[in-house]
Amino acid sequence: MRRRHLLGAGLAIAVTGMAGGAMAQGEIKIGEINSYSLLPAFTEPYRKGWQLALEEVNAAGGINGKKLVVISKDDGGKPADATTAANELVSSENVVMLTGTFLSNIGLAVSDFANQKKVFFLAAEPLTDAITWSKGNRYTFRLRPSNYMQAAMLVEEAAKLPAKRWATIAPNYEYGQSAVAVFKKLMSEKRPDIQWVDEQWPPQGKIDAGPVVQAVAAANPEAILNVTFGADLIKLVREGNTRGLFKNRAVVSFLTGEPEYLDPLKEETPEGWIVTGYPWYDIKTPDHDKFLKAYQAKFNDYPRLGSIVGYQTIKAAAAILAKANSTDPEKLIAAAQGLTMPSPFGEITFRKIDHQSTLGAYVGRTALKDGKGVMVNSVYRKGADYLPSDAEVEKMRPKQ
Amino acid sequence: MAFYFVQFLTGLASAASLFLVASGLSIIFGVTRIVNFAHGAFYMLGAYVAFTLTERFSGALGFWGGIVVAALVVAVIGVLVEMVLLRRIYHAPELFQLLATFGLTLMVQDIVVLIWGPDDLLGRRAPGFRGAVDFFGQKIPSYDLFLIALSPIVLGALWLLFQRTRWGVLVRAATQDRDMVAALGVNQKWLFTSVFALGVFLAALGGALQIPRDAVHHALDLRIIVEVFVVVVIGGLGSIIGAFVAAVLVSELNAFGILIFPKISIILVFLVMAVVLIVRPWGLFGRPEAAARRTPGLTVTPWRPLTANERLLSAGALVVAAMLPLVAGNYALTVGSEIAIFVIFAASLHFLMSVGGLASFGHAAYFGLGAYGVAFLAKAAGLPMIVSLLLGPLLGLLGAAVFGFFAVQLSGVYFAMLTLAFAQIVWSIAFQWVAVTGGDNGILGVWPEKWAASPANFYWLSLGIATAAVALLRVIVFSPFGYALRATRDSPLRSEAIGIDGKRVQWTAFVIAGTLAGFAGALFAYLKGSVFPDSLGISLSVDALVMVLLGGVETVSGAVIGAIVFKAASIWLVSQTDLSKLVMGGFIVLIVVAFPKGIVGTLEAIRNRRRSAAAKPVSLNSRVETAE
Repeated sequence: MRRRHLLGAGLAIAVTGMAGGAMAQGEIKIGEINSYSLLPAFTEPYRKGWQLALEEVNAAGGINGKKLVVISKDDGGKPADATTAANELVSSENVVMLTGTFLSNIGLAVSDFANQKKVFFLAAEPLTDAITWSKGNRYTFRLRPSNYMQAAMLVEEAAKLPAKRWATIAPNYEYGQSAVAVFKKLMSEKRPDIQWVDEQWPPQGKIDAGPVVQAVAAANPEAILNVTFGADLIKLVREGNTRGLFKNRAVVSFLTGEPEYLDPLKEETPEGWIVTGYPWYDIKTPDHDKFLKAYQAKFNDYPRLGSIVGYQTIKAAAAILAKANSTDPEKLIAAAQGLTMPSPFGEITFRKIDHQSTLGAYVGRTALKDGKGVMVNSVYRKGADYLPSDAEVEKMRPKQ
Repeated sequence: MAFYFVQFLTGLASAASLFLVASGLSIIFGVTRIVNFAHGAFYMLGAYVAFTLTERFSGALGFWGGIVVAALVVAVIGVLVEMVLLRRIYHAPELFQLLATFGLTLMVQDIVVLIWGPDDLLGRRAPGFRGAVDFFGQKIPSYDLFLIALSPIVLGALWLLFQRTRWGVLVRAATQDRDMVAALGVNQKWLFTSVFALGVFLAALGGALQIPRDAVHHALDLRIIVEVFVVVVIGGLGSIIGAFVAAVLVSELNAFGILIFPKISIILVFLVMAVVLIVRPWGLFGRPEAAARRTPGLTVTPWRPLTANERLLSAGALVVAAMLPLVAGNYALTVGSEIAIFVIFAASLHFLMSVGGLASFGHAAYFGLGAYGVAFLAKAAGLPMIVSLLLGPLLGLLGAAVFGFFAVQLSGVYFAMLTLAFAQIVWSIAFQWVAVTGGDNGILGVWPEKWAASPANFYWLSLGIATAAVALLRVIVFSPFGYALRATRDSPLRSEAIGIDGKRVQWTAFVIAGTLAGFAGALFAYLKGSVFPDSLGISLSVDALVMVLLGGVETVSGAVIGAIVFKAASIWLVSQTDLSKLVMGGFIVLIVVAFPKGIVGTLEAIRNRRRSAAAKPVSLNSRVETAE
């Protein structure tokens, strides 16, 4: 008998949530995919961001009078599952556009799917340069400033440093590899006198920080480029602090100023690192104030960079749909190319040449304030100023 | 010179945390033969609970007390898990407990996020061990020195416990021969529970002690579990000293390896394990496993081909499946194709596991090789789809032939871990060799040609190949080769005596399984349109194991049902809820309890019981045991 009960419970679980959504008329549905279960620390603020944007869009009358609906799916951090989700959204939910994704390989998988099925895809967070350049396609647009752009912003500051001996620490996968490659290339162009004395490639999520810190220290660099983030960054910073790695050394670090990565460091936050990030507490523009107030009022929490990305993704999707006034993918592409719109960071444009948005990032220095990490002396760098020339872009992008 | 000494000490400190967790796993495996996949989850829980306690209670007492209490709390959770869940399934087929602990691991991953939130947590530094000690200009964190001192102390304490107490004698006896210990009247229940508690305590302590140097987050378990398994296997299962030596070996090789090859960390432990297992098949300090008394094939009614009625039923089910495109939409058909592909994949592993008695932990390697084979042929060589589909799996065949040759020299968990090592080596090649494989960003644009592009056609193609594969495997099972393979599984000695070349038979089986997995991977590449290294990854190998165990390892074709249930449930859950891991884990745990022989295995057992109760006296149907 007991076994039967358990079986019954299992079936009950299987049946719950069967209720799907029969959609009403007068709606425009867009699909959204992200790694909610694998990377909740980054995707939760992101989700809040797009929920806020969705509310605002619909409160302002939706898309030319039609209600905007977002159907959101988890990809579990796997490209193959993301393709399944994309397929469900397109074939079963009949969405008119795909948005989202965080990891680069998932962004690429969905962008290739979009290209094959001729669906409009607005990539939100993936940083890889490939998605708009070497593997770019006409159906894919990307919001966030790419690896190249972040590197170019950092190089501008790093080149001013007197340091000549540089070491790099980066996670051993595509993101880390291409971040280091672009940084090295741009840096060596500006400063031919620089020497690269050591590089460390810990596996993503599995850094054995002690030996890595020792190895870098042994090469005695004057400056360090860091690309690790998340839990790896925390371990690296702790070991580095204890072993004095960062003392009297300049450090340039990708993304570390984003609250997602800076806040967990708490009182361990190293001072004076040159970083890209999002100092929400320091941005005093009307556009951002409006966003910040609305976000804090709705969620009683402060925004992370993911919140901005999520918010602007849906705002951009709405702007594209409104301008196209159609759900035909070709019209959406035509509408999106060159479209300019407001954002919490100021006006941005989706470039016609490579479908990259000109959303920028803040560059500043880390500091410790009341036991918390903050960014100080931050300056907003417009994305448009940190992209290669059109001729170079055209060379990289495949002809279609 | 000072630098090398400090680097050596740093390696020792890394070894200390590995050793604590590995020793617990080794003890649990030695006595209960449970492959405790949840060991990483207990490690993670230890870290989370310790974080909460040390944040609440400040001061030295609060910190150190918090660490110990956290380990005790998690040990109590471990005891509950053992008593409520594992006790029910000790008599289930080998490795079935893996399924239960896998389900638990999935649940814990979601539960910690629900309780502690998604953000990375930064624990306190240890009072009294905040700074670093200066050694000829090199700094050594004092907490590292504490850890370095701690691990020999734990090793010594465990040694005393095992050598100088009655409980320790029982544990050692059970590690050597648990059936004999039971026959001598020792209460196995409590022995197992106490051993499990000790193992979990060590894992949780290992996790709790990491909070001054690590971040606490919900992926800690996966980060440690595989590495710990590797350490245990390198050292030799059940050997505490072995675990210690292996932990030091792996950590030191890493500490010095990165000075020469900075990219080596990603693969180092697996390389070491592969080398050690090829040279010493039972690890550094392990002993050959005693021949198992109960062999899987003999505890059930002997296999037989399908009866005429069952054939009709299967054909009917196939016809129904083939009619799906008449009613279902494009999405359902694509999901159907994916399920069919995983039926092939699971059936191929099932063949190796249940017919060959060889449980592979790295079967995804051949799936992924098939997928990459297709991607190379279609993208780089530009071959037509049908040719790529036929030739791509040859890469899987090749991989299986090479790795299988070494792997079949071993048996049991050592075999499983060597296959895992090979799979990880292949994975890291795909991951690192960016110029050829595209690395992490994969190979895009592997889409089917027009004739197969429509979801219905692709579904029929996948269903056709799946049917052919399952039918082929059944034919092999009941062929002379299949009998030889089963003979080797059930009694290596006797089969050798009658002239069966066991290793060659197993190797052939390995190649057959790998090739079929390659076909599954080849179809998968076309279904998804892209290939990424994670099609070679551990999680896919584990998924395949779960499908086989879910279906029932003692059946002829249980994996077919296992694959359908698991894949359909996971696709549906991921689509419906962000807590898919929690629900899926709970579902697996329920199935484990409700169907202790797997779904098909349990249903068959019920049917056989009914049939035999009607036909003949029960006593004739009792368990057959062999005497080796």
